[in-house]
Amino acid sequence: MAAPQRSAARKFVKRLQDGDQAAHLITLIFAASVFLVTVFLIYELWIHSSASRAKFGLAFLFAKSWDPVAEQFGALPFIYGTVLTSVLALIISVPLGVGAAIFLSELAPPRLSNTCTFLVELLAAVPSVIYGLLAIFTLVPLMRQYVEPFLKKTLGFLPLFTGPAYGFGYLTAGLILAVMTFPFIISISRESLLAVPREQREAALALGATKWESTWQVVVPFARLGIIGSIFLALARALGETMAVTMVIGNDPSIHASLLAPGYTIAAIIANEFNEATGNLHPAALVELGLVLFLITMILNAAAQLLIVATTKKGSIQD
Amino acid sequence: MRVIKTRLGVRLSAILIVGVAGANLAAETINGAGATFPAVIYQKWFQEFRQLHKDIQINYQSLGSGAGIQQLTQGTVDFGASDVPMTDEQIAKITKSKVLHFPTVLGGVVPTYNVAGVTQLNFSPETLAGIFLGKITKWSDAALKKDNPGVKLPDADITVVHRSEGSGTTFVWTDYLSKVSPEWKSKVGPAASVSWPVGLGGKGSEGVTGTIKQTPNSIGYVELIYAAQNKIAYGAVKNSAGVFVKADFDSVTEAAAAFANSMPADFRVSITNAPGKKAYPIATFTWLLVPNKFDNATKKNSIVQFLKWMLTDGQKFAQGLSYAPLPKAVVDKEEKQIALIQ
Repeated sequence: MAAPQRSAARKFVKRLQDGDQAAHLITLIFAASVFLVTVFLIYELWIHSSASRAKFGLAFLFAKSWDPVAEQFGALPFIYGTVLTSVLALIISVPLGVGAAIFLSELAPPRLSNTCTFLVELLAAVPSVIYGLLAIFTLVPLMRQYVEPFLKKTLGFLPLFTGPAYGFGYLTAGLILAVMTFPFIISISRESLLAVPREQREAALALGATKWESTWQVVVPFARLGIIGSIFLALARALGETMAVTMVIGNDPSIHASLLAPGYTIAAIIANEFNEATGNLHPAALVELGLVLFLITMILNAAAQLLIVATTKKGSIQD
Repeated sequence: MRVIKTRLGVRLSAILIVGVAGANLAAETINGAGATFPAVIYQKWFQEFRQLHKDIQINYQSLGSGAGIQQLTQGTVDFGASDVPMTDEQIAKITKSKVLHFPTVLGGVVPTYNVAGVTQLNFSPETLAGIFLGKITKWSDAALKKDNPGVKLPDADITVVHRSEGSGTTFVWTDYLSKVSPEWKSKVGPAASVSWPVGLGGKGSEGVTGTIKQTPNSIGYVELIYAAQNKIAYGAVKNSAGVFVKADFDSVTEAAAAFANSMPADFRVSITNAPGKKAYPIATFTWLLVPNKFDNATKKNSIVQFLKWMLTDGQKFAQGLSYAPLPKAVVDKEEKQIALIQ
């Protein structure tokens, strides 16, 4: 019994080994499965949010109240919180991350560079709940006692820095997101900077450029695709981050101009309320929020593609 | 040689499979899901019960009360568990059977705070509602001073902390506030997740406690069991008889006993704001949700056996795990309800 089966299996393996056909088919299935999962995800989100879509329609996106008792649901405070904290995170982490990557790949001695990179990659592997706990016990008291009072004193004339200093709020959430995203930016940017051919640098130096001029005007533009890619990966992580954010943002579903005020994000409210959501409308509204988050991610990804296309055209004239 | 080895392997694995299947058949597996608040004692009960009845295996997933009700409705579990009784609408959704509510243990919810130099505080219902509505904003407010004569309260802003995720604890807290404050009832109402007028949200009991510890002059609420296990100071609350009572096993059990006679036959009752001088006013049952009809007779017998054990010997485990046991009057009533399971 076993013998024919084995030979059949061997034949199959053989065909796979030297058959482009089989490899083609199998990789096609893998690629198709990614596509199918995405389509299925959208379908499920669409179906399960039907009650909420039917009741609120497009107004869901612009309504400000979130009241599970009165069954009034609106997405605006969550969209605002999600976008604001992610943008804050990138404002902090992009200059830091890209700068560190340039230093590590171009200027630092190899041994220092490798040690630092190892540490940075360790940072990327820390679970988000650990970041959240660290934030509650170290970042929040620091923000409340020193940073926020200082901001209020110096920049308090701006509406961005008003209100009581809780330590919990948009700014703290943005900061912890910056810490969480910048390992991605460093790691990927460094890789793409290292991938720039040696000849490019040598040519620049041969033309009389200084080390910095060669780095800033030749190497960084050459690696820009990788750098932009790392930033958007970081943005995707910031948009979807749940645990660490919900632990420090204060979880208040309203819109505040002040960065010191408590807010809420889409991922956080879904994680917080889905378990205990009862009735028809409340779970459906949460699923619709998931759909909105999906849309935001898609729009930003499309923007990233456009940005890449635009910069590539501009770059190709130089080539 | 190779063929022989393979055959031996096949035989061995066949024996193994039969063996495992046999073990599975011997134990009647019952699945439940629901509330997280009683999960600790439920796990203990199912473990102890397994020791007594080797043939009954009860699995419990603590997913949250809402998820427990949902899974029971979809028929993916044999029983559910909830800190909030099911509504008529939810019960009607399950057409195959009628769901019976069995109170298992009691829990209390206590106000906890972080005010420098103050250890023991008293709260009247009006004060609590005022603070959580955002109307009382300073610790030096006259209402707080009146509740706490002789206590030196700072002239500082109050920061309110509540649970950010939907939870049975929030339901009990808001249910109580709705009973004692008409304004809370009309503006906010009782639910597992509500639209909070003021305050910061902390995730889970540990999030609320962490936020309170980190924030001077803050106030929040946690389960009694959580406060007791983590040695967190908490305040006394004025009950409907006008006495300031601090939550403990006795005062929580007293709240249930106060309702024993007036309790509806299906046990779906809120016991907040209980009458009686010794009763703690922010208390609740937590329920097992058991269908009254089972297709499988062994399964039905196993559940009935468990419920009987839970109401008698099982109750002895409660205090050791910081839960308040059921009063005798309620146990007697529940034992009668077991007969309704067919």
